[in-house]
Amino acid sequence: MSGSKQALADWTTGAEAILYQSCAACGSLQYFRRSFCAVCGAPDPVEKRASGAGTVYATSLVCRAATPETRAHIPYNIVLVDTIEGFRMMAHGDNDLSIGDKVTARFAPFAGRLVPYFEKVRS
Amino acid sequence: MRGEIDGVLCGYSTVAPHIMLATVFAEHFGIRPAYAHAVQVGGATGLAMTMLAHHLVEAGVAKHVLVVGGENRLTGQSRDASILALAQVGHADYEVPLGPTIPAYYGLVASRYMHEYGVTQEDLAEFAVLMRSHALTHPGAQFHEAITVADVMASKPVALPLKLLDCCPVSDGGAAFVVSRERTGEVGVRVRGCAQAHTHQHVTAAPALSELGAEIAIARAKKAAGVAISDVRYAAVYDSFTITLAILLEDLGLAGRGEAAAWVRSGYFSRDGEMPLNTHGGLLSYGHCGVGGAMAHLVETHLQMTGRAGNRQVRDASIALLHGDGGVLSSHVSMFLERMR
Repeated sequence: MSGSKQALADWTTGAEAILYQSCAACGSLQYFRRSFCAVCGAPDPVEKRASGAGTVYATSLVCRAATPETRAHIPYNIVLVDTIEGFRMMAHGDNDLSIGDKVTARFAPFAGRLVPYFEKVRS
Repeated sequence: MRGEIDGVLCGYSTVAPHIMLATVFAEHFGIRPAYAHAVQVGGATGLAMTMLAHHLVEAGVAKHVLVVGGENRLTGQSRDASILALAQVGHADYEVPLGPTIPAYYGLVASRYMHEYGVTQEDLAEFAVLMRSHALTHPGAQFHEAITVADVMASKPVALPLKLLDCCPVSDGGAAFVVSRERTGEVGVRVRGCAQAHTHQHVTAAPALSELGAEIAIARAKKAAGVAISDVRYAAVYDSFTITLAILLEDLGLAGRGEAAAWVRSGYFSRDGEMPLNTHGGLLSYGHCGVGGAMAHLVETHLQMTGRAGNRQVRDASIALLHGDGGVLSSHVSMFLERMR
């Protein structure tokens, strides 16, 4: 990535963190890191750390994987989570999560890496 | 005649990728076209090539454009390799490390669609049963054993809510056709109007279900063609998964929102129904060999429109609507075809 001004590391590079970017010019949020805002084009969006809190938007329990590394984990639940910060992300989650569940993130090993893993908030 | 082909549009290949596939094809078949290149828009490639061929002949760039796609996806590589290659449509940093598969991307969309519109797994199963019933009458289809909703429900889980029979197979195959400036046969088929829409690549970045590209593409295509959905007599809609067909039929306006499965049950989309759909069996049961798989929808449509569909012939295919989807409902092409005499 061309993020030369990136000061923080996140789970995509092995750190226990979820990052997103906020555009100082137009206020748009983006999850996929870029050196510019995809909405208005302004350079150098501000890197922020997400709290890990969110709501389940969609789920799919993977029962058939394509590599030996991922097959060792089946079944595993792929989820889309709408974070309270306002961006959507893909992650893993408990197998019994339902759409609308309030969740919070931890990090779990998967196929030799660390990935965000969402658990239901017990109320 | 082969020597009259002056344009070649070629689909991509996952089994044998090449940076100049159309040129490789042309050399192999002894063609020296004036215009040639490959096109890649995932599952929307076949209709995107057809749209381009239409515009090329309209603009006078070429007279006869050969549109071709084919792959030995089943025998040319392992199923795992095929699944892995296709999963790369996911984001390399933010999605692929999570181990999703194409069925998982669509499984996510399915879970949300079912949640918002009250669609059930049994509803989705209806589309698999319909496509299989159509495949039974096509000698070239991959599957010739009838299935029931119970069979679909009992099939192995792949990426829930999608099960094995909710998913298209990996297939060998190919398809080709020629788009010409002038009509070449007594009965001709003309592109009445077509349009595209591209809203995102990755499912993480997809818009809300109510803002997906199929609705945008069909609105543009209706305007370009000057026809309404009520004019359509035959439908050919991309069906990589049962959920794909459910969403696209409803987004295109071929069925009411959340009602497509009920319409399938009533026979509306059957060969003898009001809106015959994918009478060859679609990707789900005719088979999915990649670009050629979705092109088979157009080949079948052409056979229907020109009265050459044999025991699958529908009463009236005078105006057809075709729709292709690439990625995870990412890229869309809508196209209206009209029979000319």
